[in-house]
Amino acid sequence: MTITLTHFLLISAILFSLGMYAVLTRRNAIMVLMGVELILNSANINFLAFSRFGDMNIEGQMAAIFVIILAAAEAAIALAIVLNIYKRFHTVNVDEISFLKD
Amino acid sequence: MIPELNIALAILFLPLVSFLLLIFFGKRFLNRSGHIATTFLGIDLILAFFLFFSKLATEAVWDITVTWIDFHTMVNNIPLKLDIGIMVDNLTTVMLVVVTLISFLVHVFSLAYMKDDVRYSRYYANLGIFTFSMLGIVVTNNYLLMYVFWELVGLSSYLLIGHWYEKKSASDAAKKAFIVNRVGDLGFFIGIMIVWMQYSTLTFHGIFTAIGSGVLPYDSNAWLTAAGLLIFCGAIGKSAQFPLHVWLPDAMEGPTPVSALIHAATMVAAGVYLVARTFPMLTADALMVIAYFGAVTSFIAATIAIVQNDIKKILAYSTVSQLGYMVMGLGVGAFSAGVMHLVTHAAFKAGLFLASGSVIYAMHRALHHLNDHHTDAQDVRSMGGLKSKMPVTFWTMTMFTLAISGVPLTSGFLSKDEILAGTLAYSHFTGHSLIPIVGFLVAGLTAFYMFRMLILTFMGEHKDAHRFEHIHESPKAIIIPLMVLATFSFFAFFSLNPISASQGWFFEKISYPAVVVPEKLAATPTEEFVEEIHHQHTMAMALSVGVSGLGILIAFITYFWKKISADAFERMLKPLHTFLYRKWFFDELYDATVVAGTVGLARLLAWFDNTIIDGIVNGAAWLTKIVSVISGKFDTLVVDGMVNFTAFFTGMMGQTVQKVQTGKVQTYMIFAIIGFMVLLALYI
Repeated sequence: MTITLTHFLLISAILFSLGMYAVLTRRNAIMVLMGVELILNSANINFLAFSRFGDMNIEGQMAAIFVIILAAAEAAIALAIVLNIYKRFHTVNVDEISFLKD
Repeated sequence: MIPELNIALAILFLPLVSFLLLIFFGKRFLNRSGHIATTFLGIDLILAFFLFFSKLATEAVWDITVTWIDFHTMVNNIPLKLDIGIMVDNLTTVMLVVVTLISFLVHVFSLAYMKDDVRYSRYYANLGIFTFSMLGIVVTNNYLLMYVFWELVGLSSYLLIGHWYEKKSASDAAKKAFIVNRVGDLGFFIGIMIVWMQYSTLTFHGIFTAIGSGVLPYDSNAWLTAAGLLIFCGAIGKSAQFPLHVWLPDAMEGPTPVSALIHAATMVAAGVYLVARTFPMLTADALMVIAYFGAVTSFIAATIAIVQNDIKKILAYSTVSQLGYMVMGLGVGAFSAGVMHLVTHAAFKAGLFLASGSVIYAMHRALHHLNDHHTDAQDVRSMGGLKSKMPVTFWTMTMFTLAISGVPLTSGFLSKDEILAGTLAYSHFTGHSLIPIVGFLVAGLTAFYMFRMLILTFMGEHKDAHRFEHIHESPKAIIIPLMVLATFSFFAFFSLNPISASQGWFFEKISYPAVVVPEKLAATPTEEFVEEIHHQHTMAMALSVGVSGLGILIAFITYFWKKISADAFERMLKPLHTFLYRKWFFDELYDATVVAGTVGLARLLAWFDNTIIDGIVNGAAWLTKIVSVISGKFDTLVVDGMVNFTAFFTGMMGQTVQKVQTGKVQTYMIFAIIGFMVLLALYI
């Protein structure tokens, strides 16, 4: 059996779904962030798959590297936000932080 | 310009200069104010005498008229313009001398009498403006300026009568004099307006020429009579004729020298002067009315004077009575006699007032010395026997009293005699016999009450021996004017013939003016009238000496020898005495009618204001209030209701929708994904 684009996309979709599930259901903010990382990586797989099987050549890999850099920056900022939230509310449980409601 | 008119202007304006000087710099002059004003009046007097002699030497009438306002329009083919000017004829010069002489003597008198007054400078300033106003009346040649000065006299008399305005009675008297005079002036003004409407000129010369040429106001005889009588209304007010005589006795509240000035020579004489000036245009009917007014006035005042006890009140009523005499004299047509009585009366009545001032001054000092503040210094009942203590005052007073009583060899005899002869002649021509009867009756009454006053004041025993010791003759400044005026009360100054004035210089110079009234309206022609006076003269003289003698005799019997008890008479005729003592109840009558009417009208108007006007205003306010309440209800219920409903609705909707806003990021994200999926489902 040959591995085709469809396999890559399938894995990517599964990964995205797992990530989305983690983002929507996890109580811990850190877990939510990890879900976000999963979603970003599923997008990376798509880029690389299209780079390998499509006509994108090196551009797909370039975009993946950009996403990785972006994810690093995002993780740094998001963790800083989480730290601040913890300082403010003494918890990182996103269910308890319904401050927006008011 | 005629040089003599410059002198006349100087005479007119010197007292004004004195007034301005004292009113603005009076504080600086202090006690010298009196001397300054007196100096001014002295110069004035010299000029007046100079003008008098130069005028009497010539027949010419000095007259100058300038146009004050030119309206540049024509009315009845006459250019409409207001002319003013001054005129000096014989009547004017005589009046100038009388006014300045009396005013000068009053100034001198006041140097002593008013010495310690708090408003010494003000007093002299007011004397100045008063003299100026009076001189103004005398020298103008038109009714316009005359009316202006007429009102100025009213104002300055108000200032002088109210000089001691701290006293309520004085300020009331000043107001009364001013207001009562206004009543007469209203008539005067209407009279002037009638003349102005017809002739478009107010100069005496212009009016008399126009009437002489046969033009009558509104082509009506009645209007001419009315114009004359309305102008006479001014004289009724100023000369204190019935029924406006009530102000004069009250005006005695002013300082005594002021009484002498106002009530002898100036203000009250102004009315008589006005009648004399207007004389040529008075119709027979008007003259008859004037004669009756004079007769009634002289009778009423004489009866009141009999029972008064205040020395100044007696003199006040005698003044009213004598003014009635003058007016009656002019009314019957005895022009020269009326004017002459004005002049002779000015001298002896000023003298009487100043002499009474001297007595009051002495009494006042004595009372002051004894710390007696209860006795009235002016009540003749508390005097008596002053003859030995105040010889000069007594003898001059006697001279004046003889003159006013019409005793031969005095000036008063000459003028009174001629007036009485005039009344006899008048009744001969017209049959009005009441007038001579009143004339002689009043002559007798005058002699009686004047001697009553003289005897009660100077003869007999003084009522209080202790006080008597402290009475002294007044200082020189007071008695010198008395002596001067006493001298002028002799016949020789007016006529060299002691029993008849008709050949004297006065009758020659102050001759009957040419009457301009159409013949059928005019009174008896002058020549016939004068002729008849000559016929009646002897009889008039005999009668007048008789009644005066009788009056004097009764006065001596009653008050000197006390053969008749005045008190018994008083008790016997109590109602009559009360009636006379209360001055015929004129004040009460006016209080009950005119004053009460005015006050009632004021009350009515106040009620109208308070009830109707205020009611309308309050009603409008009430209406506005009701409208605003309704409008307020509309606002709170409808407008606010709508606004509140909007807010309530919005709030309710917000309540409903806010449930979605959980504040949980993950919920939002689910919504976003669901939304995204819905969009996908719709478009793919």
